[in-house]
This record gives sequence, structure tokens and C-alpha cells, in this order.
Amino acid sequence: MPGPAPAVETRRLVKWYGGYPALRGIDLCVAPGEILALFGSNGAGKTTLLRILAGRVRPTAGTARVAGFEVGKGGDRARGAIGTLAHGHQLYETLTASENLAFAAAMLGLGRASERIAQVLLRVGLEAAAGSSVRTFSSGMKRRLALAKLMLRECKVILLDEPYASLDLQATKLLEEFLMASKIGGVTTILATHNLTMGFGVADRLAILRQGRLVFEGRRDETSLEAFRSLFSLHGELGDVE
Amino acid sequence: MSFVRRVVAIARKDLLAEWRDRESFSAMFFFAFLVLFLFHFALGGDQALIRGASSGLLWLAFTFTSVLGLARSVQGELENDCLDGLLLYPAEREAIYLGKLLGNFLVILVVELVIFPLFAVLYNMDLWSRLPKLLLIAVPGTLGFAAAGTLLSTMTAGLRAREAMLPFLLFPLTIPLILSAVKGTEVVLRGDPFELAMPWLKLMAAFDTVILVASLLTFEYLVEE
Repeated sequence: MPGPAPAVETRRLVKWYGGYPALRGIDLCVAPGEILALFGSNGAGKTTLLRILAGRVRPTAGTARVAGFEVGKGGDRARGAIGTLAHGHQLYETLTASENLAFAAAMLGLGRASERIAQVLLRVGLEAAAGSSVRTFSSGMKRRLALAKLMLRECKVILLDEPYASLDLQATKLLEEFLMASKIGGVTTILATHNLTMGFGVADRLAILRQGRLVFEGRRDETSLEAFRSLFSLHGELGDVE
Repeated sequence: MSFVRRVVAIARKDLLAEWRDRESFSAMFFFAFLVLFLFHFALGGDQALIRGASSGLLWLAFTFTSVLGLARSVQGELENDCLDGLLLYPAEREAIYLGKLLGNFLVILVVELVIFPLFAVLYNMDLWSRLPKLLLIAVPGTLGFAAAGTLLSTMTAGLRAREAMLPFLLFPLTIPLILSAVKGTEVVLRGDPFELAMPWLKLMAAFDTVILVASLLTFEYLVEE
């Protein structure tokens, strides 16, 4: 009997920026509820891949399906199924924490969101700073607020770009708890990171991108952190890790 | 309902940010004051000369300050990749465009409402009795300029030379609108019957309709990478 349809599937995905190939034929398949950690040095193509999956960048060739929608064709419904945590925190600094979340709730079409906003602020430990301007926040607090924005919604696929950047230990734990709870709920996660230890710890599957090519893909339980580190080193990428 | 809620949320967010910062408003107001003040000296006390040039001067101040406001509005979205975040919401592209347009239009209109009395004082003109008629010209003129500016400022947001490109594209595109607004304002300031301004009002309405429809149809493709 065939298994469930993949939550994320790409076939021969290619992206060129002018004369520079960012992705060179990516074939990827991620099952519902799976967490895939994507590793690679700067310029390996991690962010480009995530941006294509999020529907922000049109691929030069190949196809991608996310949460049952063909990328670029699903419109608002496809974007509604995907939650993202980008490298830039995408917060308005002149607004307060709760105003940022209220704006996000309105854009997500969530009605009567004030209770939900208070809940997620409490969850990320920013309830005392709800009325403070984001401009006064440290980078760690901004990251936590961006995480709170992600927590506001229910989605089928989560795309995280460098989620561990600027997170302290407590916030890292919070992120991992959120990912585990999402996984139990059947949410698929793809996270792109430089942080080998963190990414390895949370993932079900591991992949290494190098110069736009997928050079390794495997299950985490089939390897150890040390073996994976060696493999990563073999691909000449270790200089960028952690 | 969600569509309207999103439009209002974007406009409200932009107005709130502007109210807190007053960055665009200060720059726009200062620039308008400078333009009007310098021309006040250049034209001297010649009332005939002032009357002939006044509608052009007024729209010179309006359009130049509007470009400053439009550039600042898109700059705010570029900080922290907010524009990217905005485009990742499951929101209709038309709602995003209309929300940004509404925010820009209201900021520009508020600046214009401050420029009117400044102009009246500097050029010793009685604008109060003519204000309703002036607004009948200013509102469609500002709407068209903001509609084209919102589209072009978003389109050029990803360019390195975006601040140079915006006026370079915006002014040629809006020539029919600016000319109509100047001629319509001239009719009002001269105290001629308002019927004489009707052809210019109709031209502005046609421009506004075309630019709004074209913007709503093309915005989705212009923001895609």
C-alpha cells in the first residue's frame, strides 16, 4: 500500500540568478510530520531552496509541491499552509510586540486574536514586553517575537532559515519544544542551519547542500553526530560550521 | 471581509509607524516649506506673477514631497525583510497594494493639508474660501500620484538605485495627471467658474481609473522574484 503523499517534494529544481546557478537539480521528498535539517555553507543554496518552497522565488526549471500545492500556483491557500521563520526577523520596529502580532493576525485572517496573542507572548516569555516598541528589543527578543508570530498560526509545513541565530539557551529549548509539538501534530519542518549540533539534534533526516547540489541525504538514526561531522567535513564545508 | 481587514491593517500599520516616527512627515514638510520659501523670494512681491505661477508652485511642492514620502514608505518595508514577510502572508496581492496605497495617500494628503495654509500665508492668498474646491482637485490628483507611486516604489524596491529610479519613472508616467491638477488648481485660484475645471477633473478621474486597474492587475507579477 503506498504511503502518504509527501508534504514537500521537489523534482530537478533549478534556479539561476543571472549567470550564477543557485540550485542545480534538487530532488527532495519530505514526509508529513518529518523534520529535515538542511546544512551547507554560505551560498550553498539553502535560502534559495526555502524561498522557492515558500513561493517567494520562481524556479528557473523543475517543479516543487508543498502541502499539496504546486509552488507558485497555489496562491493564498498555499501561502496559508506554510509558516516561515526567515533569517531577517520581519518585524516592524516602530510597532510594539503586541501590535506586530495583531498585524500578523489580521494578515492571517485570524479573528478575535487578542487572547491568542497574549498566549503566544507568554509562551515566548515576552508578556512583560508586550507594549514595548520592538526597536528597544535585543536581537534575541526579536527572534523570540518572530517565533511568537510563527506560533500564531496553524500550518502544514514550516520553513526555518537559520532559526538558532541569536537565540539563547532558553529560547532554543522553546523552539525545539515547538518543533516537537508541531511534529506530533503532523507538521512537516525544513530547517536550514549552520549549527550542526542543534540541527542534528532535532532532525529526523539530514541533507547537505553544496554549490546548489544535494550531496548527501539520509536518516539521522543511521548516523552519529561525529560521523555526520566527518561527512560534512569531507564535503569541505566544516569551516562554516558553528 | 478579510480583504478589507487586511487593507485597513496595512494602512493602519503604516500610519501608526508614521505617527510614532514622523520621519516622512518631517522630511516632506521641511522640503515643501523650503520650495515655497525659496520661490517666495525668487518671485518677490509681484502679485500678478505669483497668481500665474501659484498652481504650478503648489503642485511642485506636492509632487516633490510625495516622492519623499513614497520612498520612505517602501524603505520601512525593506528594513528587516518586512516586505518579504508581507508577501509571505496568505493575503491577496491586491489587498497588499491597496493597503499600501491607502497609507501613502493619507500621509500625502495630511502633508498637503499643512502645505495649503503655509502657501496662503507665504503668498498672501485667500485660500480658505476656495479650500473645498481645491480639495476637489487635490484629492483625485493625490490619489493618482499615490497609486502610481505605490506601484513604482514597490517595483523598484529591490534595486540599488531605487531612490533615483522612483522619480525617474514616476514623473514621466504622471505628466497627464500633474498637468490636469495644475490646470484645475489654476481655475480655482483665479476664481473662474468651477465648470472650467471639469475637463481636467475628468482627465484625472480617467487617469486614476486606468492606473488603479493597471496596478491591481500587475502588482502580483511586479513583486515576484
